[in-house]
Amino acid sequence: MADTALLSTTAPEPPRVPLVGWGRTAPTRAALTPVHDDDDVRAAVLAATGRGVVARGLARSYGDAAQNAGGTVLDMTAAARVLHADLETGLVDVEAGISLDELMNQFVPQGFFVPVTPGTRLVTVGGAIAADIHGKNHHVAGSFASHVRWIDLLTADGQVRRISPESDADLFWATAGGMGLTGVILRAQVQMKAIESSRCLVDTDRTEDLDSLMTLLTETDHLYEYSVAWIDTLAKGKRMGRSVVTRGRFAKLDELPAKRRTDPLKYHGSVKASVPDVFPPGLLNLATVAAFNEVWYRKAPKKKRDQLQSIPTFFHPLDAVGGWNRIYGPRGFVQYQVTVPFGQEEAMREVLDRLSSFGTASFLAVLKRFGPGNPGMLSYPSPGWTLALDIPVMKGLAGLLDSLDEVVIAAAGRTYLAKDSRVRPETFEKMYDRLDDFRAVRKRVDPDGVFTSDLARRLAL
Amino acid sequence: MIDALGSPSSLLLVGGTSDIAVATARRYLAERPLRIVLAARDTPRRSAVADELKAAGGTVEVVDFDADDASSPASMVAAAAAGGDVDVAVVAFGLLGDADQLRTEPAAVAQLAQVNYVAPTVVGTELANLMRRQGHGVIVALSSVAGERPRASNFVYGSTKAGLDAFYSGLADSLVGSGVSVLVVRPGFVRSKMTEGIADAPLATTPEAVAEAIVTGVRKGRHTVWVPGAMRWVMSGLRHTPRAVFRKLPI
Repeated sequence: MADTALLSTTAPEPPRVPLVGWGRTAPTRAALTPVHDDDDVRAAVLAATGRGVVARGLARSYGDAAQNAGGTVLDMTAAARVLHADLETGLVDVEAGISLDELMNQFVPQGFFVPVTPGTRLVTVGGAIAADIHGKNHHVAGSFASHVRWIDLLTADGQVRRISPESDADLFWATAGGMGLTGVILRAQVQMKAIESSRCLVDTDRTEDLDSLMTLLTETDHLYEYSVAWIDTLAKGKRMGRSVVTRGRFAKLDELPAKRRTDPLKYHGSVKASVPDVFPPGLLNLATVAAFNEVWYRKAPKKKRDQLQSIPTFFHPLDAVGGWNRIYGPRGFVQYQVTVPFGQEEAMREVLDRLSSFGTASFLAVLKRFGPGNPGMLSYPSPGWTLALDIPVMKGLAGLLDSLDEVVIAAAGRTYLAKDSRVRPETFEKMYDRLDDFRAVRKRVDPDGVFTSDLARRLAL
Repeated sequence: MIDALGSPSSLLLVGGTSDIAVATARRYLAERPLRIVLAARDTPRRSAVADELKAAGGTVEVVDFDADDASSPASMVAAAAAGGDVDVAVVAFGLLGDADQLRTEPAAVAQLAQVNYVAPTVVGTELANLMRRQGHGVIVALSSVAGERPRASNFVYGSTKAGLDAFYSGLADSLVGSGVSVLVVRPGFVRSKMTEGIADAPLATTPEAVAEAIVTGVRKGRHTVWVPGAMRWVMSGLRHTPRAVFRKLPI
């Protein structure tokens, strides 16, 4: 019997394991298959059963984007090398499983920062492209895919295609923001951003309500490269929308204090402590969170200029705590992130107002102004306001968020797939007017629907 | 798929014309539109229920199912799965039977055992196979408090529900690790077309209350729910009542 097994040419199917996203909701089982090179990926894709395949990176999508119930999920994190780096131009060729964390570790000391970073650096380049992530610099720099020169994509036929905005624009812009549903991103060339120092010059402002916040951002955002506002969602009435705004840019060499000029690009990103998996449900309740938010607002300076901050402090404060998603307990949490165009400020106010009066024990919400979008068919950013907040799973939340989606649709807004775990398919259809173009590209490169995920099934993409 | 907040996109109702099945569909539709597969015999009531659920916003498919036909469970589950994943399947068919007839007529006993025990176990096995392949799904089985400790007044019915309850409770454990879960629902006396003309028992409940318990139970990932909740403690007491006393209770 053992001999037959040894002679068998097909590898044994990996055991099915439960997979969840960052929000730790809706677990499903899939065969998690580690892949190291193109041949591994090709073999897994060609061997796919009717339940299909999707790639998974560091699993920072909140919902079900990197899950595939009953099918195959490729663990991409083993293929994480830098293949080539041009330190003149800042163009780097990398494998898709490399994290932004690793890119920073390697290139910040050499004078290059990632072109776009979200609130965590623990995402892979493949995931950054698939979700077309954005960061605090969207209003000036756009989203991640706008800094990608080409992608090596393994499609359903097992072929590796090098796609770029010039060579196959449709496939490129379906893949950028396409949540892994056009194929497996193997490699990409990323344009890094030159920096003179690893320190940021940060201005902090406190605003008392939503109006003054929106006015401040509208009038002066263009003066900053990076900008974001944190709103206290539990402040009600006149104080609704009170917030702390932090904005900044990388310091130039001559702006550093003398003692730092000897090693201006010194950088160390690390996880300082991890959250144990012991939090009971409901630990974060209105009382504990309101107290936290009050302290956070009061301790922020009313107005502060040119404060020097490190990259982790300015960009990734939560990365200092490993596994912070565990504080929401075993029931998990969702993130509600939506955007509405400029001119629809009232819709944003209504969304915030209703979330705040529902009494979700939410820490801070993030508000930001987006600049122009890119041609990504399912790419999230488009000119307007984007709001994001984490909400623990609780009774009545499903109905509330469904009704907020209606407000967002009426304002011609949309939700972010990398964060979504609960939007309805009919609602989603109304949010992305290029969904049919996306479907047409998928039909062309993946006629049998090999690439699929729980998210794709849930939203009938 | 069942989303992060416990809302399914598809619902299979086996015994789709039962009051509890219909109430469950209505309860889900009150939240969101979803795909509903009604598995039942081809009767005017099935058409009426399909029309009603369509009007309430559901995308309704009908599939033939007959608990007396041994080949029916396999073809029914295959037909239900043809239109996409089955997220939640409710096994809601069953007969109460005529207690007097069941005391003396072997054929009636065999028939009740077929419909209330044999067919549900075959359906459960088919559903478990389907959902194991899917890697996700919830099976909801309608048991009864009558199975907890059969009473002289309806012990045949009680015995079939005891068997069904044991089957689905064991199935739940056998599915741990597969991504599939099982919810066993134990209602008390439910005022419905099945119990029409029978006087209410204590703690009588309604199909709507059972539907509410199903939706909440699925959402919270429960394994057993009692309807009403107090039934759990009542039955716990009755289970430990000495036989001599239990026999004489007016229940």
